[in-house]
Amino acid sequence: MEKVVSRHFDQENSHSFINYLKDNGYRAARKALTQMTPASVIDEVKKSNLRGLGGAGFPTGVKWSFIPQASPKPKYLVVNGDEGEPGTFKDKYILQQDPHALIEGIIITCYAIGSHKAYVYVRGEYEKPLQALLTAVEEAYKAGFLGQAVMGSEFDIDVVVHQGAGAYICGEETALLESLEGKKGFPRLKPPFPAVVGLFGCPTVINNVETIACVAPIINKGAEWFAKLGCEKNGGNRLFCVSGHVHKPGVYELPNGTTLRAIIYEHAGGVLNGNKLKAVIPGGISAPILTPDQIDVKMDFDSLKAIGTMAGSGGIIVMDETTDMVWAAMIAARFYANESCGQCSPCREGSGWAYRNIKRIYEGTARPYDLKNLAGIVNNIGGNTICPFGDALTMCVGSYISKFRSEFENKIKERVCPI
Amino acid sequence: MFSAEYLQELDKITAKYEQKRAALLPVLHYVQHKEGLISQDAEQNIAEYLEISVVHVHEVVSFYHLFHQTKKGQYHFSVCQTTACALRGGEQIIEHLKERLGITPGQTTPDGKFSLSVVECLGACEIAPVMQGNKEYIGCLNKKKIDEIIDKNK
Repeated sequence: MEKVVSRHFDQENSHSFINYLKDNGYRAARKALTQMTPASVIDEVKKSNLRGLGGAGFPTGVKWSFIPQASPKPKYLVVNGDEGEPGTFKDKYILQQDPHALIEGIIITCYAIGSHKAYVYVRGEYEKPLQALLTAVEEAYKAGFLGQAVMGSEFDIDVVVHQGAGAYICGEETALLESLEGKKGFPRLKPPFPAVVGLFGCPTVINNVETIACVAPIINKGAEWFAKLGCEKNGGNRLFCVSGHVHKPGVYELPNGTTLRAIIYEHAGGVLNGNKLKAVIPGGISAPILTPDQIDVKMDFDSLKAIGTMAGSGGIIVMDETTDMVWAAMIAARFYANESCGQCSPCREGSGWAYRNIKRIYEGTARPYDLKNLAGIVNNIGGNTICPFGDALTMCVGSYISKFRSEFENKIKERVCPI
Repeated sequence: MFSAEYLQELDKITAKYEQKRAALLPVLHYVQHKEGLISQDAEQNIAEYLEISVVHVHEVVSFYHLFHQTKKGQYHFSVCQTTACALRGGEQIIEHLKERLGITPGQTTPDGKFSLSVVECLGACEIAPVMQGNKEYIGCLNKKKIDEIIDKNK
């Protein structure tokens, strides 16, 4: 299988400028700037079926085409490296092991959308990836690949690397824009969409790190090549992050459409200690949980959506037969309670209620009606908030209750507290 | 007010942004890096420097988990409690740390040497259970590893 985004990861000094240049580095950027029009770059990315790999899976080329070119305002590219979805750790590898791949993607994307400034938002805890990217940006400036008249063209591009400060919600694109403007990360109402009113009120494209890292290979080898790597409407490979009860946790680059079973058993070495599989989260904690009878699903945006879950950020968390699913639901609910930004009351209050409710069930102090209450709380958050965080809570926690209901009921029956 | 040298550094940071006020996060990172915390005085100075209100600075400081207004211990444990780490024994690591240090999350030992935070996913689930020791990621934690870190930093 041909590796794309992770092709340099195993090489010694994979992050270095020299190493990147050796492998046709920055050739795609030069090709785009000197031989292609912005419209033909967008066309190529559309044809490649590249989709947003941060989690939403929106077709990248289509997103770029929403930028109103006639607008007199400056246009911005914002790269989302605020990787925080539990179970996800792929962008860290790109930033740390191959930062020049990201920078080359930024150059091409900026050219395509007519932007002269890009911000890369790196999550605050990622100190090493941040330093690797800062060094790479400096090297690119010195080489004339960033700055004024990039690569001898007439196109200027500035890149600012912005360090986050530890708030999960800033991975949501409009919260990220607020954060970049120096505010707390409260998501914005859409519409207006960022393509029209984004950073500093200007047209803005926001793409995930992995998405942008795919752009240079597409320009180098062509849309058709990239589309063929994946499956229908899901071009290319994905970096799948596997963790939890598996023998070999790690990042695996595999074609879109690889089955979940193959990822767990062939690539990640199977379930720990030869135990039976009990449950698996297919795309970061917000993706509804799957049961062992569902793992022949193809891992792409459309196939996962068809079975009621989502491909999300590519974070696969495996749970074996020893896992207490009420406990696992409690940990997920605690995450949402701790990370709710507090802007919308259904989410701010509901996330805490849901957590405390599950905690009571887990600890044996539940009241008989707690499970009914819990479903009521969880189902009244999603759809009633500004951003998808509330929906994620509803989908995630709701899936534990619906798929492992008997475990919740048994806990209440066994250890219910006298009223 | 900030010293002239300090201001020079801050000017370099704000110059990268379209609006001076947009540089609040990097300015806070710089101040915290220099002083070990964001004091009330620093909030005031930052507000004056960026020409924004003090309450705006304070709401940002209190919104983001990485900014803090009290001094941490010389060695600060930030241990992950989210799903992937919990599945690999994260809870036992947190319990062991509480026992060894004699403090609960959010506290610092009386001698100021250690402090403990429990945090959500650090984005390093492949080496779960994982923590940050000051800023360094340390993974595949077990009780022995924790004991060694404590002994080394005593």
